[in-house]
Amino acid sequence: MEATVLMDSDAIRATLTRIAREIIGDNTDLSNLVLLGILRRGRPLADRLAGQIGALSGVTPPVGSLATTLYRDDVHAGVKHKGETHFDFNVDGRTVLLVDDVLAAGRTIRAAMDEVMDYGRPRRIQLACLVDRGGRELPIQADYLGWSVSAPPADWIAVHLTEIDGEDAVLQERRD
Amino acid sequence: MPDSDRRVWTKKDLVGMEDLSRDEIELILDTAPQFVEVSRRESGIKKVPLLQGRLVVNWFHEASTRTRTSFELAAKRLSADTLSMAASTSSSVKGETLHDTLHNIEAMNTDVIVLRHSAAGAPHILAKSHASHIINAGDGRHEHPTQALLDAFTIREHIRAQRNDPTANLEGVKVTIVGDIEHSRVARSNIFCLKKLGAEVTLCGPATLIPPHIGHMGVNVTYNLREAIREADIIYALRIQLERQHDGLFPSLREYIRLFRIDSDAMKHAKPTALVMHPGPINRDIELSTTVADGPRSIILEQVSNGVAIRMAVMHLLVNSGKRR
Repeated sequence: MEATVLMDSDAIRATLTRIAREIIGDNTDLSNLVLLGILRRGRPLADRLAGQIGALSGVTPPVGSLATTLYRDDVHAGVKHKGETHFDFNVDGRTVLLVDDVLAAGRTIRAAMDEVMDYGRPRRIQLACLVDRGGRELPIQADYLGWSVSAPPADWIAVHLTEIDGEDAVLQERRD
Repeated sequence: MPDSDRRVWTKKDLVGMEDLSRDEIELILDTAPQFVEVSRRESGIKKVPLLQGRLVVNWFHEASTRTRTSFELAAKRLSADTLSMAASTSSSVKGETLHDTLHNIEAMNTDVIVLRHSAAGAPHILAKSHASHIINAGDGRHEHPTQALLDAFTIREHIRAQRNDPTANLEGVKVTIVGDIEHSRVARSNIFCLKKLGAEVTLCGPATLIPPHIGHMGVNVTYNLREAIREADIIYALRIQLERQHDGLFPSLREYIRLFRIDSDAMKHAKPTALVMHPGPINRDIELSTTVADGPRSIILEQVSNGVAIRMAVMHLLVNSGKRR
């Protein structure tokens, strides 16, 4: 299997800093912002983004986890369990920033939006993703994007994060 | 921890704990916490769309409040449509009639049928010959699998909290079941389930209410309550079915209370961390004193809350992952 490195740890760090700046620029009231990381790798990304936002602005937004499992449209394929949804804040009237590692079909984000809406009525929902690999099946776009790559459908975009995988890297793995 | 859990449920029905493997039991227990979270939502909608457009029929041939309500709520929280069929007046339904009734229910395109029946084996027979997913909600003296699952889940949550270990299981946990074992489907399902999960099970009660060869199930038996609860992590009181008194199986309620009631005196002989459970409904001050039932060591109401989450997990696994005929 052949793999290309799309981002190394420096690139990931620089990208998250840039996204954090963009988020600060867009949100005049940062105290109204909450981050929800989509399990599993969206959660450490959300934690890092919140840390960066805090370091740059002085306001660290609260972070929670979103499983999306119970809202997927492909539950019939089997049970995939990545952990439980958990957050301690109310989403009513807040700006909810969804954070995920890879944006592809857009179906996970659709499920995430439905799940958030069942918890309340956010003022708006935004999306930050580290990589957009294309192949969208729903009209969904990221508001904050790290890297865009047009990958053939068979390829696998593997995001490795220190908190889960022991290293930071984004790889494009060619599969025939 | 694997990247994502890809264990897949393959059974069409949930008939009894005897048929389940340890892996299958653990898959159900591991599927439940996300449903606990759904019921605990403070704002918004306490519902998920996993069974949207599916029909769940609660078909109860015996009286039941808790179990029927719990199944109904579980189905509703999964967004299913639900129908409840009133208890049949006839207590002994012949095989053919039961099949016919089920064929008629199925003609309404049911997905799940939750069956409580006084005849042991009724869910088993129906499961083999009908397309709907059958869940046994108690059959005669045979089994009550969702009760055993919610009990195991409740025990596991407490063991995990006590040991501060989110992966702890029931291996080596000592569970003592006290009361009328002979007539209890709750006891049978719990013994199967707890043994498969590696727990040590001790049974205690009047000799007339403990089946003579029950030791074959790998359990300890004692007729002395103090001895039974001394080492127990969990003390599980069963409901005394008062109508059994007329069968002459124990001399008097007073004697049962004196020898086997779980009360504050009995609890003095238990470990300080021991917890008390009961499947409900309680005969207050008969098998369990009010001070203990409502006391700090009772986790009886948690059993009830967890029951909804476990039944959501079972229905979700059967419908969205299990095979249909």
